[in-house]
Amino acid sequence: MKIDATKPLEYGSEENSNKIFGFWIFLGAEIALFSTLFTVYFVLVNRYATGPNGTELFELSGVLWETFLLLSSSFTIGLAVHSMRLGLKKPMMIFFGLTLLMGLGFLGIEITEFFTYVHEGATISTSAFTSSLFVLLGTHGAHVSFGILWGASILLQVKRQGFTLATANKSFIFSLYWHFLDVVWIFIFSFVYLKGLM
Amino acid sequence: MKWDEFFVTGEPMIYGAMASIVLATIAIIVGLTYFKKWGYLWREWLTTVDHKRIGVMYILSALIMLFRGGVDAIMMRFQTAVPENKFLDAQHYNEIFTTHGLIMILFMAMPFIIGIMNVVVPLQIGARDVAFPRLNAISFWLFFVGAMLLNLSFVIGGSPDAGWSAYFPLASLEFSPTVGNNYYSLALQISGIGTLLTGINFIVTILKMRAPGMKLMRMPMFTWSSLITSVIIAFAFPVLTVALALMMFDRIFGSQFFTMSNGGMDMLWANLFWVWGHPEVYIVILPAFGIFSEIIATFSKKNLYGYTSMVVSMVVISLLSFLVWAHHFYTMGQGAMVNGFFSITTMAISVPTGVKIFNWLFTMRKGKITFTTPMLYSLAFIPIFTIGGVTGVMLAMASADYQYHNTMFLVAHFHYVLIPGTVFAVIAGFHYWFPKVFGFKLNERLGKHAFWWIAISFNVTFFPLFFLGLQGMTRRMYTYSAETGFGPLNLISFAGALGLAFGFIILVYNIYYSIRYSPRETDGDPWDARTLEWATSSPIPAYNFAVTPNVKGRDALWSAKHDNQPIFDGKIEPIHLPSNSGKPVILGAVFFVFGFSLVFSWWIPAIISGIGILIVLASMSFDRDHGITVSVEEIMETEKKLRGETL
Repeated sequence: MKIDATKPLEYGSEENSNKIFGFWIFLGAEIALFSTLFTVYFVLVNRYATGPNGTELFELSGVLWETFLLLSSSFTIGLAVHSMRLGLKKPMMIFFGLTLLMGLGFLGIEITEFFTYVHEGATISTSAFTSSLFVLLGTHGAHVSFGILWGASILLQVKRQGFTLATANKSFIFSLYWHFLDVVWIFIFSFVYLKGLM
Repeated sequence: MKWDEFFVTGEPMIYGAMASIVLATIAIIVGLTYFKKWGYLWREWLTTVDHKRIGVMYILSALIMLFRGGVDAIMMRFQTAVPENKFLDAQHYNEIFTTHGLIMILFMAMPFIIGIMNVVVPLQIGARDVAFPRLNAISFWLFFVGAMLLNLSFVIGGSPDAGWSAYFPLASLEFSPTVGNNYYSLALQISGIGTLLTGINFIVTILKMRAPGMKLMRMPMFTWSSLITSVIIAFAFPVLTVALALMMFDRIFGSQFFTMSNGGMDMLWANLFWVWGHPEVYIVILPAFGIFSEIIATFSKKNLYGYTSMVVSMVVISLLSFLVWAHHFYTMGQGAMVNGFFSITTMAISVPTGVKIFNWLFTMRKGKITFTTPMLYSLAFIPIFTIGGVTGVMLAMASADYQYHNTMFLVAHFHYVLIPGTVFAVIAGFHYWFPKVFGFKLNERLGKHAFWWIAISFNVTFFPLFFLGLQGMTRRMYTYSAETGFGPLNLISFAGALGLAFGFIILVYNIYYSIRYSPRETDGDPWDARTLEWATSSPIPAYNFAVTPNVKGRDALWSAKHDNQPIFDGKIEPIHLPSNSGKPVILGAVFFVFGFSLVFSWWIPAIISGIGILIVLASMSFDRDHGITVSVEEIMETEKKLRGETL
């Protein structure tokens, strides 16, 4: 395999740069997917029937912690990629691991929130509003959960194999994915929670 | 669920279907064992990542699905051939028109188009394979298990019965209590994911894997159409993913998206479905336009007229395709302004389409036309498709549409665009590229017989439906009384359907006949064609081109033959190829179990197979497989053999 030394390792072969390009297109498709979910949410947000609406349901404290954790994890995955470019394996793995831990923390709070909602009488079948809320948040949460499993398997490969064309490529692509989830969360935070609390 | 509800019972034809499924399965298993072909099947086909073989598997599945959907069609035409017919009951008729639509669009037209894309696109751009060969195999297997899941519904649990558009509230649990629409949401979801991955794969392949000198504006028109289709796929299919997921949540987990109470909104489904559904129409028609462009240029011995305007018109069509969805439900009360907007955008699409029609006509002008089978289909396409297009503009006028919305007029219209458009194109492409893949042509005499049967019978079948529609016969009506006067035209239509069936039987017989008797080609270019795929030998070696082609203009092969511009001026170097993998087919199988368990809400198998999916994905991630390298000596040997030289 030809390695192009003028580029960072993750772009180091034709296959690698194709994979990164392909992943960008996949993210384009993901944008279409989340846009559709947001549209569904906006269409249904005021159709809460006899159930609670957003103002009654949302509480800022948990959501702020979620936001704090996810934004920080986006910062640490950036640091992980930076360390990888410098060839520093141990710092890379620490930052990568921190990212996943913060992702787990985010997920923990989100699941607790879900339980609170259900406890307050807002289940997925309460109203069109709660259905769209749970599916929008749930799709994002499922992406985070998948990301944690995927990231863990990449971390294991980096640990075993060090930085190779394959592992560098995977780590970089994972960072794109993680940043994307962060962007989606910013939209959820602004247009679901803050707007709902207003 | 009780076990007596599990299998569909009480219908002699269903028992027939069950018996034929069981017999066919036994025949396949016994046949494979008797001829000791299990190993061959596994090594050469099930585990392959070669774009040509994956393409062949797509096309084979599409042909089988064409027959499944075709049998549905004949049954519907037979049921409506005479008034008050008792052949099918209402429920059975509902299931049949639903699965006919789903199978023909998603499991026949799509895989046929994607199969031809798989075979042809990498060759046309001078690449060794698609960008992600293993992902390509995953795409195929996801499509395949989706198709199998939907077909299984016929005998286990009951088929979807709310139309292929599955409008709510009809498709909700309340009004469609069988598992049929669960099959709908899961089978389409699984195969839809495969299609989305194909779209991404081909965008990367076409944008990043072109041979040196193959600039974008030098690409063959079929490759252009594939690129644009892939872009539409990447942006339209996520909408379907969401729509189907919401449907699944409504039906299986009790959410309230499309319900009539608790704030649900049934029209949301119609909008989401058609935001995907209308671009989907262009996903299947644009590659068809690409196929016709290749065939018409080749058999007119001229370069394609108006290349740039062909590309621009396809881009315009792809953009407009996202702005017309509401024309599918003008009558559902969104007001004059909205209808006016969608009416105008819909009519606007006829402009770029008209440009393309004139380009094909001008390509043929003063050309030396040879009337081969693929060319006959292309020639028939132009006038018949124009009838479909003109009636489409009639339907596009919102105020007039109130007269014939959801009548047989609409049914006639979309068959007049989809059959001469997509079906003629894939059959023409099938005849055209067949010698490239297998090394011999399909018999021309039988091919032309089939063509005349199909082209004439098509018009006999569907032209009467225009008049039936204008007389007020609505679609999806399982029977009618003699007083309506619909009888005679329906009978003519049934006769046409039999003729169509006969045409397709000749087509299949032709495959068998040609395998046995067709003379084998010695040269890779039997049609004296213009583009790069004909520059390598037929059948095609695994690595496609021994030497990477060097492209110096449009119609690279034509220039090489006539203007002395050599394509292969490099020297042979070792070639790197991906190695086969059994994991895509295993992933497909686990997805099948997952989908099937969810259909019946069997949570434990669903959770186990869901974890299984993650395990297979993880094991793929841990694979450290760097493929195989073909040495220069091996390449020289293969090339000699393909040229028919003795070693």
